[in-house]
Amino acid sequence: MYTKPFSYHRPKSLEDAVALFGKSSDPRYLAGGQTLIPTMKQRLAAPSDLIDLGGLSALAFIRKSADMLMIGAGTRHAAVATSADVKSAIPALAYLAEGIGDPAVRHRGTIGGSLANNDPAADYPAAVLGLGATVKTTKRSIAADEFFTGMFETALQDGEIVTEIAFPIPEKAGYAKFPNPASRYAMVGVFVAKVKTGVRVAVTGAGPCVFRVPQMEAALAKDFSDGAIANIKVAADDLNSDLHGSREYRAHLVTVMARRAVAGA
Amino acid sequence: MTASLIGRPVKRKEDRRFITGTGHYTDDLSRPHQTHAVFVRSPHAHAKIRKIDAAPALALPGVIQVLTGEDLKADNVQGLICGWMIHSKDGSPMKAGGHPALALGKVRYVGDHVAVVIAETPAAAKDGAEAVVVDYEELPSVTSTGDAQSSSVQIHDEAPRNTVYQWALGDEKATGAAFANAAQVVELNLVNNRLIPNAMEPRAALGEYDSGSGIYTLTTTSQNPHVARLVLSAFVQIAPEHKLRVIAPDVGGGFGSKIFIYPEETVCVWAAKRVGRPVKWTAERGESFLADAHGRDHVTHGALALDKDGRVLGLRVKTTANLGAYLSTFSSAVPTYLYATLLSGQYNIPAIYAEVDAVYTNTAPVDAYRGAGRPEATYVVERLMEEAARKLKLDPAEIRRRNFIREFPHQTPVILAYDIGDYDASLKEAVKRADVSGFAQRKADAAKRDKKRGLGFSTYIEACGLAPSAAVGSLGAGVGLWESAEVRVNPTGSVEVLTGSHSHGQGHETTFAQLVADRLGISIDQVEIVHGDTDKVQFGMGTYGSRSAAVGLSAISLATDKVIAKAKHIAAYVMEVPEDDVEFKDGEFAAVKTNKKMTFGEVALAAYVGHKFPTDQIEPGLKETSFYDPKNFTFPAGCHICEVEIDPDTGVVEIVKFTAVDDFGTVINPMIVEGQVHGGIAQGIGQALLEHGVYDKESGQLLTGSYMDYCMPRADDLPSFEVGMTITACPSNPIGVKGCGEAGAIAAPAAVMNAITDALGVKEFDMPATPEKVWRALSGQRA
Ligand SMILES: Cc1cc2nc3c(=O)[nH]c(=O)nc-3n(C[C@H](O)[C@H](O)[C@H](O)COP(=O)(O)OP(=O)(O)OC[C@H]3O[C@@H](n4cnc5c(N)ncnc54)[C@H](O)[C@@H]3O)c2cc1C
Repeated sequence: MYTKPFSYHRPKSLEDAVALFGKSSDPRYLAGGQTLIPTMKQRLAAPSDLIDLGGLSALAFIRKSADMLMIGAGTRHAAVATSADVKSAIPALAYLAEGIGDPAVRHRGTIGGSLANNDPAADYPAAVLGLGATVKTTKRSIAADEFFTGMFETALQDGEIVTEIAFPIPEKAGYAKFPNPASRYAMVGVFVAKVKTGVRVAVTGAGPCVFRVPQMEAALAKDFSDGAIANIKVAADDLNSDLHGSREYRAHLVTVMARRAVAGA
Repeated sequence: MTASLIGRPVKRKEDRRFITGTGHYTDDLSRPHQTHAVFVRSPHAHAKIRKIDAAPALALPGVIQVLTGEDLKADNVQGLICGWMIHSKDGSPMKAGGHPALALGKVRYVGDHVAVVIAETPAAAKDGAEAVVVDYEELPSVTSTGDAQSSSVQIHDEAPRNTVYQWALGDEKATGAAFANAAQVVELNLVNNRLIPNAMEPRAALGEYDSGSGIYTLTTTSQNPHVARLVLSAFVQIAPEHKLRVIAPDVGGGFGSKIFIYPEETVCVWAAKRVGRPVKWTAERGESFLADAHGRDHVTHGALALDKDGRVLGLRVKTTANLGAYLSTFSSAVPTYLYATLLSGQYNIPAIYAEVDAVYTNTAPVDAYRGAGRPEATYVVERLMEEAARKLKLDPAEIRRRNFIREFPHQTPVILAYDIGDYDASLKEAVKRADVSGFAQRKADAAKRDKKRGLGFSTYIEACGLAPSAAVGSLGAGVGLWESAEVRVNPTGSVEVLTGSHSHGQGHETTFAQLVADRLGISIDQVEIVHGDTDKVQFGMGTYGSRSAAVGLSAISLATDKVIAKAKHIAAYVMEVPEDDVEFKDGEFAAVKTNKKMTFGEVALAAYVGHKFPTDQIEPGLKETSFYDPKNFTFPAGCHICEVEIDPDTGVVEIVKFTAVDDFGTVINPMIVEGQVHGGIAQGIGQALLEHGVYDKESGQLLTGSYMDYCMPRADDLPSFEVGMTITACPSNPIGVKGCGEAGAIAAPAAVMNAITDALGVKEFDMPATPEKVWRALSGQRA
C-alpha cells in the first residue's frame, strides 16, 4: 500500500488553496482522505500535489436559521450525526450521517468530500438532492438538481472548492438505507422530504448517480403515507447490477426503502 | 491446598502485548540493509508468457534486481509440493502439475507469481513491479468447479480433463443394496461456497542469509515453522535443514491459510542470498485475497436411504472439489481423508459410499481452511438429515436421536473409530437452551408481524488431532502427526516449555502454562511457553486441525510427568529418604512420616548444583522431552441450533438466536474455549449468509478481491451466542481434551441453512443466503 510520491500543502486560507491549485500540475484537494487516500494507495490516483483543506476552520461549522441549516463543507460526518442543531432541524440528516461507514470514517470524512466525490453509493447525495439543498462553492451557488451530473461527476469546475451546503428545513423528512452487506455503502438509499416547494424523493445507490422519482413525489404530495407509493416501481433498466443485487432487486428495494423512509419521516 | 488451575478462565497472558502494540509480528521486524520485495502478478486467469522484460524496472531508481522462474531454475530451486498422495479408484497416483514458485512459461490464475522486484524501499519495488513488461498470450480459462472436467481448457498437461484424482471411499455394493431396500430416499444438490480466509495479519516474510555461516533465516507468518523448514530444505532445496532456520514470531491469525508453503516466502529466503541483503515482503490485503489459499468450493450430490421409521440405511455422496490452479501443501487430503471419513456424522450408518473428483481450475489454490473438509461433510450429512425429517414428517431432533451412535468405541464404515461421545446429552442441552418447545409460538408471533421464522439443527462431529502417525502415513500423508515438547526447568524453579505447536491467536501461552503450572504446583507466571523457532524448539508439526491441546499439550503433559519423576528421585536423595516415601503435591516434595519437605524450586536448584545425589546414576539438570504420538483421532461433537427471522420485503435474514452445545472433552480454560467457539460460529454464519469468493466466468477475474465485495461477518451480523458444554473426557490422550478450534465453523453453516430452508419452505438453497436470493425464493412463491 504505497502511494506514488506527491507534494503536500496545508494552506491557511481558501484563497491560498485555490492559488496553490492553480500553480500545481496535477493537484487534488484533500479533505477527510477517506476516499482519496485509499485510491492513492491503490495507485488509482497519483496527484502531484495534495492540498489539505483540513486546517481551514472556515469550512467546519453548523449554523441554523429559522428555515435553513448551513453546514460547512469541512464538517465531519460524526459532527453532523451528533449536532443538536441538525438533530432538531433535520433529524433524518443526522441519522443518515450516523450510518456512514464506521466510527473512524465518520471522524475523518467530510460532507464536502463526499459530495465532491459523488460516489453513486454514497449517502449524502440523497439528502442534498432529496431536500433540494444548495451547494455553495468558492465561485457560486449550485442547486442540488444541477450539482450531481453523473457517476463520480459533479458540476464542480477545476479548482472549485465546495464551502457550504445550505439545507432548507423540511416539514418532514426520512431516510432509509439498505446497506451493501460487504461495503456498507448504500445499495439503495432513499431520502424523502416534504419541503416548501413540495415533496422530493431522492434515490442513491441504485443507479449510476443519485436521482429523483417524480411519480413518488406526485403521489406523496397528495397523500404523504407509505401506502401511497406501495405500488410505484422505478424502471429497472437504468439501475446498477452487480454481485450484491441485480437491477430488478434494486428496483424493488427502492419502493421498500421509500416506504420505510416515509414511515419514518 | 491450592485450587487447581484446570477449568479456570485465566486471563490470556499474551493479550497484554497484543493489545498494547508490543507484540512482534514479522512486519514489525527490520534488518540493517534490508531490501523490499514486490511480486509481479498475473493479470490474466490463464496465459502463456512470451517474454518478461525487466529492463524498464531495472532502470528505475532504487530497483536492485528483478528475478524470475528462470533464475530459480538456474539455482536448482525446485517447485512447491503437495505433501499428501491420493490415489484414484483405478490405483493411479494423483496428477500433480508443476508448481514453480515463480511462473515458468505459463500463468494459471489471476494473482499467479510472475517475477519479483527487489528494491531499496517498498515504494521503489512497487514502481518496479509496475514497470516490468510481460508479454502474455491469453488463453481461455475455466474457474467454476462444475465446468472444470468438461472444459476444453487444459490447465496442466499432466492432468487430462483437469482432473487431479477420482477417489472413492466406502462400500459401493453394500450402499447400493441399502438404497434398494430403502423405504425413503432423500436427495440434495449442495454447493459449498468458496471462502477466502482473511487472517487479520496478512502473510509476510523476511529472508536473511549469513554468508559467513551459510545459514539462511526465514522469519514468516507460519502456523508450522518446522514443516516449512522441512519442505523448503528437503523438497524445494533452498538449503540443507541444518542451514535453514525458520521463525514464526507473533502471528495474527491463520485459520489454515498459514500452514502452507507459498511462493512468496520461498522466494524471499532464496533471494536473500542472491541479493546479498535481507529481503522483506508483506502482503497487501489485495494480495491476500488473490493469493492466499482459499477454502471449501465443493459441488455435491448426496442421497440418504432410510427405512420407514427414519433409520438411516445408507449414504451416497458424489463430490467435485475445486483445488484451484496448483496443488497447495495439503490440498489433496482435504476433500478426501478430512471429508469423506466424516460422512457418518453422529449416526450409526451401515453403508456409506463417497466418490470425490478433485479438479484444477484457473483460480487461487484451495486448501485447508478452519474445519478443512469437516464443515463440508457436516453440511452434507446435516442438510440431508433435516430434509429426511421433513420428508418423513419427523421432529428433527427425533430423527437424529433414532440414529445416534450410543456404544463406543464405534467403527464407522469410513475408516474412523469413534472413541467416546454422548450425543443425546448435547442435543438435549441444546434443545433446552434454544427453547425449541417455544418455537411454534415465536413463529406464529413473527407471522403476525409479516416475518418468517425458521429453526435448524446441526448435530456435528469432527475428527481432530489426526493420528497416529502410522495410520495417517498409510492414508498417504508425507509426514507424521505427533507433537514434541520439552519442559526445561531453570535452577531457580521457573520453567520454559518448548512446544512444536504454534500459537497464532489460540492462547497457548495461557492454556499450556495453566496445565504446567497446575502440575508443578507453581505460579503460572513462572511458566514461559516458547514456540515458533526451529532453533529453539526441537521439532514440531505445528498448529491446525484443532490439534494443539490434544497432541501438543499431551506431549507437554508427558514431559512434565518425566520432570516430576526425576525431581522426585533427586528429592529423595536430598532428603535422604527412600523414593517411595516422597510425595509430590501442590508444588512440594514431602517425605511421608517425617516433616521433611522441599519446594519444587529447591529441588530444581538441587538438580542443577548436583551436590547431593550420585551424578553417575542421575544426570544433573532438570529438563525432559516427549515426542507424543496419539493412539487415535479425537472426536469433538455437539449440537448447534439456529433460529432465523426473515424479512420477506427485503430478503434479509436475521439470526435471532444461535445455540451451541459442544463436547470438547476436558476443558482447561473455558474462557478461551468459548472464544474459539464464538469465532468459529462467526465464520460459520459468515459462510452461510455473507462470504463468497467469486470469479468472473468469462474473464476469470476475482470479483470479490476486497472488502468492498467480499463480505466478512461483523458483530452486528451476529446475535449474542448461547454457548454450553457437555463433557465426555477423551480416553485417547492423557489429558482428556478433544479440540475446540474449528467446531463453530463446522457446525454452524448447516444449522443456519436448515433454519433458512425451514423458514422459506424450500428444499434446495445454496450458501451464501444473500438477501436477493432469499427475496427471489419468496417472490417465486408469491407469483
Ligand atoms: C471504510 C469506509 C466506509 C465508507 N462508508 C461510506 C458509507 O457508508 N456511505 C458514504 O456515503 N460514504 C462512505 N465512505 C466514504 C466517506 O464518507 C468519505 O469520507 C467521503 O466519501 C469522502 O470524504 P472525505 O472528506 O474523506 O474526502 P477525501 O477523500 O479527502 O476527498 C474525496 C474527493 O473530494 C475532493 N474534495 C474534498 N473536499 C472537497 C471540497 N471541499 N471541495 C471540492 N472538492 C473536495 C477531493 O479532492 C477528492 O477528489 C466510506 C469510506 C470508507 C473508507
